[in-house]
Amino acid sequence: MTETRDPILSVRNLTLDIPVGGGTLHAVRGIDFDLARGETLCIVGESGSGKSLTSLAIMGLLAPRIERRADRLEFDGVDLLKAGPRKMRSLRGNRMSMIFQEPMTSLNPAYTIGDQLTEALLLHRNVGKKAARDRAVELLEKVGITAAASRLGQFPHQLSGGLRQRVMIAMALMCEPELIIADEPTTALDVTIQAQILRLLVDLQREMNVAMILITHDLGVVARVADKVAVMYAGELVETGPAGAVFGQPTHPYTRGLLRCIPVPGKTERGAELGTIPGIVPSLVGDVSGCPFRTRCEEAVAACRGAIPLRHRSDDAHAFRCVHETGMATAEVSA
Amino acid sequence: MIKFILKRLGLALLVALTVSAISFSLLFMSGDPAAAIAGETASGEDIEAIRRIYGFDRPVLVQYWEWLLGALQGNFGESYYFKLPVADLIAERLSITMTLGVCGITFALVTAVPLGVAAAMRPNSLIDRAALLLSVMGQAMPSFWFGLILIVIFSIQLGLLPPSGSSTPIHFIMPTIVLGYYAMPAIMRLTRAGMLEVLSSDYIRTARAKGASEVRVMFRHALRNAIIPVVSLAAVQMGFMLGGSIVVESIFALHGAGYLAWESIGRNDLPTVQALILVFSGFYIVFTFLADVLNAWLDPRMRTA
Ligand SMILES: Nc1ncnc2c1ncn2[C@@H]1O[C@H](COP(=O)(O)OP(=O)(O)O)[C@@H](O)[C@H]1O
Ligand SMILES: [Mg+2]
Repeated sequence: MTETRDPILSVRNLTLDIPVGGGTLHAVRGIDFDLARGETLCIVGESGSGKSLTSLAIMGLLAPRIERRADRLEFDGVDLLKAGPRKMRSLRGNRMSMIFQEPMTSLNPAYTIGDQLTEALLLHRNVGKKAARDRAVELLEKVGITAAASRLGQFPHQLSGGLRQRVMIAMALMCEPELIIADEPTTALDVTIQAQILRLLVDLQREMNVAMILITHDLGVVARVADKVAVMYAGELVETGPAGAVFGQPTHPYTRGLLRCIPVPGKTERGAELGTIPGIVPSLVGDVSGCPFRTRCEEAVAACRGAIPLRHRSDDAHAFRCVHETGMATAEVSA
Repeated sequence: MIKFILKRLGLALLVALTVSAISFSLLFMSGDPAAAIAGETASGEDIEAIRRIYGFDRPVLVQYWEWLLGALQGNFGESYYFKLPVADLIAERLSITMTLGVCGITFALVTAVPLGVAAAMRPNSLIDRAALLLSVMGQAMPSFWFGLILIVIFSIQLGLLPPSGSSTPIHFIMPTIVLGYYAMPAIMRLTRAGMLEVLSSDYIRTARAKGASEVRVMFRHALRNAIIPVVSLAAVQMGFMLGGSIVVESIFALHGAGYLAWESIGRNDLPTVQALILVFSGFYIVFTFLADVLNAWLDPRMRTA
C-alpha cells in the first residue's frame, strides 16, 4: 500500500493475538492501511474476520488479555502504541469516537439521553452544563430527532432502536472528532431504517469532514460512500484500494466472490439464490501460514501454502495478496 | 414516579391488611384462646368466664375489626403474661432491635459492597479469593458459634468488649459484627456477580469509548446498575434482621423484640406474639416498599411497572 500523504490514521502490520483454551488465536495478522482526513474507508468481510477487533485496537478498547502489536499505529502523529491510559482517554470520545453495532444495549439504562450525550463534552471540554445541553440539542436536531430538547430527559428504554442509534451518532459527534469508527452501525436495525441511518451518517461525515472507518456488510453502501475499500478475510486484508479500483477491477478471488454475492437489479432473477462462497473459514488457533482463503478458493494451487506476496494492480494504491499475478490461475496459463 | 410510588404504596397496604388478618387468626389457629389464658387447672366455668371477659364469644369479624382498630392506634391489648400493654412492652424492646438491625445491615453493606466491587474488578485475583473465603466462612459459621467465639476472644481472653447487655454503644459492637457477617456473603456475591455482568455489557464499552476514567466507569456506569438487585436483597435482609435476630439477641443478652417474641411463644402469650408478627411484617413491608422506590430511582425502566 502506498503512503497516504499526512494521514490522520496510519496502521502498519497490526497483529492481534488472543490467548484461548487451545493456544493462541491469531485473530488479526499484519494489516496495513492509511486514512486521510475526511476520507471514508470501508472495511468489508464476513463476520469473524476481525473487523471489530481492528477497530477496538485503534480505540485502545481491547480486553487486557488480547495482545496488540504493530510496526506503526499512529493517530495524527500520536503513537498509540506508546500512549498510556491517560493519553488514550484524552483521545477517546474527543478526537476519535466510535459507534457500535448494538444500539439497544450500548446506552446506559440508568441515565437520561441528555446525561449520556453531554458526558463526553463535559469530560473533555471546559464547558458548563448549560452549554453542553445546548450542544446536545443542536446535535440531536442534526441527526434528525424531533422535539430534541424534550428528548434530553428521556431514558434509552423509551426510544426505538433507530432513535437510539441516532443518539449514538450524535454522541460520537459531540466533541467534533477527527476520526469516527462505525462498526456495523445499522446491522441491528430494521431494514427499512438501515438506509436512513447510513445516509445520515455519511452526510454528517461529509459535512463535518471527519475521517471515517465504516464497517458494513452492505456492498451497495460501500460502492456509494467509500473512498477506500479494505476487504478482510480471516484476520488479513486480502485486498485494499480506492473504491473505484476495487469495484472496477476486483482481483483477489475472495473479493470477486463477495462481489458476485451482490444481487444486481434487473440482472438477478427474483428468488434466485444469493451467490455464496462455499467452504469454511480456517481455524486461526496455532500456527497460521499461507493464504487463509486457499481452502475455499477456486484458484488455489500448491504455492498457496507458502508465503503470499503483496501485489499491486495498475493503480499503485490498489493492492492484494495472492500467489497469482492477477488473482487468477487461468490468466497466468494463457499469458 | 409519583404514580409508581402510589401504586406500590397501595400494594403495601394490601399486603399489610392480609398479614394483619393472618396474624389475628393465629389466635384461633393455636387452639382455644380462653383455655390457654385460664391455664391447665381451670374448670369449664372458669374458661367460659374468661371467654366472656375477653370477648371471645363474639363474632370473629367483629373481634378482628376491633383488634385492627386498636392496632392502628397502637393498642395491641394486654400481654397475658406481663399484664402490661403489649404496645409499651414492644416499644421498649424495639429500640434495641432496630439499633442492632441498622448497625448490622450497615456493617454488612459497608464491607460487602466494596469487597464485591474489588473482587469483580479483578476476578481470580488475591482479593477475589480472599473475598470468596470470607463469604464461605460467613455462610458456613452458625451465628451462635461465631458469637461465642467472639465472646471467648474479645471478652474473656482480651477483656476488650463486654459480653452481654445493651447499656452502651460498645455493647453493640460484637452483636453487629455477628449479625452483619451473617448477611454479608449474599450481598458480597450478588454485588460481585452483578458487577461482572454489567462490566461486560455494551454500555460500559460505550462509556470507555467516551474517554471516561476507570473510576468513573466503575462507580458511575457499572455500580449504579449492578447495585439494583443488591438493594432488594438488603431490604429483605434488613427485614429479616429486625425480626430474626433472636439468636444474636440471646447470645449477647440483648433483650430486644426478637428475644421477646421467642419468650412469648414459649409462654403462649398470644397478644404479644400477634403484635410482634404484625410489627415484624410491617418492617418487611416498609423495607420492601422503600427498596422498590429506591430501585425505581436507580432503574428508570422500573418506574413504568
Ligand atoms: N474477547 C475475545 N476472546 C476470544 N476471541 C475473540 C474475542 N473477540 C473476538 N474474538 C474472535 O476473534 C475473531 C474476530 O472477531 P471480530 O473482530 O469480532 O470479527 P468481526 O467484527 O469481523 O465479525 C472471531 O473469530 C472471534 O471469535
Ligand atoms: Mg463485528
